[in-house]
Amino acid sequence: MTALPDRQAAAPIVDRAETRRAQITGGVMIALALFIVVAFGDAAGDATFRLSRVRDTWVIGDLIVPARPFIYVAAVLTAFLGARLFLRGGGRWTTLSLGVGLILLVIAFLLWATAGNAFSLTGMLQATVVRAMPIALGALAAVFCERVAVVNIAVEGMLLAGAFTGALMGSVLGGWGGLLSAVVIGGLFGFILAALVVTYRMDQIIAGVVINLFVLGLTSYVSSQVFAEMRHLNNAPVFRAINIPVLGDIPVIGPMLFHQNIFVYGALIMVAVSTYYLFHTRNGLRARAVGEHPRAADTLGIDVYWTRYVHVTIGGMIAGFGGAWFTLGSVGRFDENMTGGRGFIALAAMIFGRWHPVGALMAALVFGFTDSLQQKLALLNTPIPSEFLAMAPYIATIIVVAGLIGRARAPAADGKPYIKE
Amino acid sequence: MSTQDAINAATRKLLERAAPGRVAFEDLVVVPLFAILVALILGALTMLATNVDLATIGRSYVALLQGSVGSLNALSETLTAAAPLILAGLGLALGFRAGLFNIGAEGQILIGGMAAVICGFSFPGLPFAILLPLCLVAGGVAGAAYASIAGVLRATTGANEVISTIMLNMIAFRLVDYMLRLPWVQRPGRSDPVSQSVPPSAELPRLLDWIDPNLRVHAGIFVTLLAVAFVYWLLFRSKLGFEFRASGASPSAARYAGMRAGLVIVLAMATAGALAGLAGANQVLGVLGRASPGFSAGIGFDAIAVALLGRSHPVGVLFAGLLFGALEAGGRQMQVDAGVSIDLIGIIQALIIVFIAAPLLVRAIFPWGFRRGDSGGAS
Repeated sequence: MTALPDRQAAAPIVDRAETRRAQITGGVMIALALFIVVAFGDAAGDATFRLSRVRDTWVIGDLIVPARPFIYVAAVLTAFLGARLFLRGGGRWTTLSLGVGLILLVIAFLLWATAGNAFSLTGMLQATVVRAMPIALGALAAVFCERVAVVNIAVEGMLLAGAFTGALMGSVLGGWGGLLSAVVIGGLFGFILAALVVTYRMDQIIAGVVINLFVLGLTSYVSSQVFAEMRHLNNAPVFRAINIPVLGDIPVIGPMLFHQNIFVYGALIMVAVSTYYLFHTRNGLRARAVGEHPRAADTLGIDVYWTRYVHVTIGGMIAGFGGAWFTLGSVGRFDENMTGGRGFIALAAMIFGRWHPVGALMAALVFGFTDSLQQKLALLNTPIPSEFLAMAPYIATIIVVAGLIGRARAPAADGKPYIKE
Repeated sequence: MSTQDAINAATRKLLERAAPGRVAFEDLVVVPLFAILVALILGALTMLATNVDLATIGRSYVALLQGSVGSLNALSETLTAAAPLILAGLGLALGFRAGLFNIGAEGQILIGGMAAVICGFSFPGLPFAILLPLCLVAGGVAGAAYASIAGVLRATTGANEVISTIMLNMIAFRLVDYMLRLPWVQRPGRSDPVSQSVPPSAELPRLLDWIDPNLRVHAGIFVTLLAVAFVYWLLFRSKLGFEFRASGASPSAARYAGMRAGLVIVLAMATAGALAGLAGANQVLGVLGRASPGFSAGIGFDAIAVALLGRSHPVGVLFAGLLFGALEAGGRQMQVDAGVSIDLIGIIQALIIVFIAAPLLVRAIFPWGFRRGDSGGAS
């Protein structure tokens, strides 16, 4: 009962901070609306979005949008949402409104870039899902580790190790052998990370950075020392897309979700399974307890060290699977540092997804979208230099990490070693 | 060997003054020695695993030693490679002390280096005494400004600086690619992305080219030593440094003591960025003479290792940077003499850090190297 007056006294302060945040966000959105008008208002002609491809079963017509009117509609909507936030305060709608504003910005941008041109929307959405998968798997791996309070900067290294092992063992043992080896190697690095931070109490970020350095050094060394001479060791089979009958024929959604390779299906299944595991099973509850309050979990008889070892190793296996995507899921060949920072984007996706598997998947789709968008726009002859398009996913990450998350809460014990008494 | 002993004795004396106590001494001296030893052994095993025969392994380690300290040229190369590592490492160490994990040195080096190059070729008429300091300052300021982005985001929105600095690295790579194609930056008559060269009056003068024109060691080494002294003063003798360390040790305690946490974060990031930017300027004005895509060459990432190995102490960073510079220079010799890829050096560096950052692991592997009953006293 005594807590009640305190909370009431504290409420106005929280409200004021929230109102100010809403006002700032509103101002930003009004600026966004102006930006949309100034930057994209000169679009001329219709933007054509192709929804079907020639060989699809059911062909539906192109979506033809007159660019300029719709850009102005997007600007007005953004300005309206911004003004509403500014005048009335946002409460829980602040983040949502900003999200909608950013989506409108992207739509306006897309219309402007495609005006007078044609653009395969289905192709881009399919590429979005494909490109999101390594990020989603990396993020899922990080979710498993951080839920038991182990920060996993090493996702990048684990992806790279998975990619390398997939190529090497895939060339020797075939696709499935390569995939299995990649999972095992990922798990091995997960185990090493767990050993370093749990048993030897090494700083978690240092351990992660070191694993990244080590894997980068090792894979670059072996590929320059061995692959250069023995090319047959770096020529793995690629998993082709599997079309799921009937579902795969649905326009737009079909090619996006049901005409993909095993990595996409695998990732979707894993996200579903791990959500169920983490939030609806006893073991999942125990794992989260270890991440929130290891001392209490220990007192209740949960083996903190064992739980951390198991989950970090599982996380490593997931990252190994995701790493195999780079070689077995796309080109069948390993190149030096071919993950190119996707592991770090995965960490951002995990934070953006608020340490939840489904959230991580959604965030990964956002990054996959910016990634495939810049790829496709490079073909459209926009006046924007290609380097700036290539920056888009990273700028999006920064905006997302800084702006949209607000105060996302990590598991309470995240990053701290636990010393058993 | 006697000089080595003398150095060891001197180091020990210094270290005893800095960190008394046997456990601390073992962590600072014995553990790194074991770490280097184990890393070299594991490096040899890696070579064995990739079909390199024993004779070549022996030859490569001899080359590693010769290429790092075996001749005047080798020493010059070691110092040349060490200078930017130490500069960027100092910045990262300062960040660690303030509780910030800045992975963005690579991007800050790129931006700082670009600023130094642009400053250099924009004012070719200025005399040496003005132009060189101006270019160094330009590099430092640009690096500081770029790092501040992450600092400001962290201070105002709580965005994790690990993620934002990594993203800023990626952005810096693209930004440099873009800038190198701008007509006023690109070298006239070239189609590939290469900047104009800086005039000789903007170059860091070479120190030993009167002995042999191939000796590349340049005045950047003095800049580096000054930076070591400055960071030492800043961290341990100034009020601001105390605030850095206090916020790093306990952010909430620092806040209750009235320190402005946001300001400390931004200042720490800016200082770190200035040092990384100087490292970039050092590369461009002392070694390369111009900018090309990815001229940072991974220095920013190696600097993370240098800062960790130096235990975020300026003097430690100095020695760690020298060690990594030696590995770098020796690694190149190794590639030439024994045909073993320089990427092996990356493995050895990573292993050294693993063992240094986990003293408990080293104690577990070599229980006889330490006094009994000390195990577990490390962290």
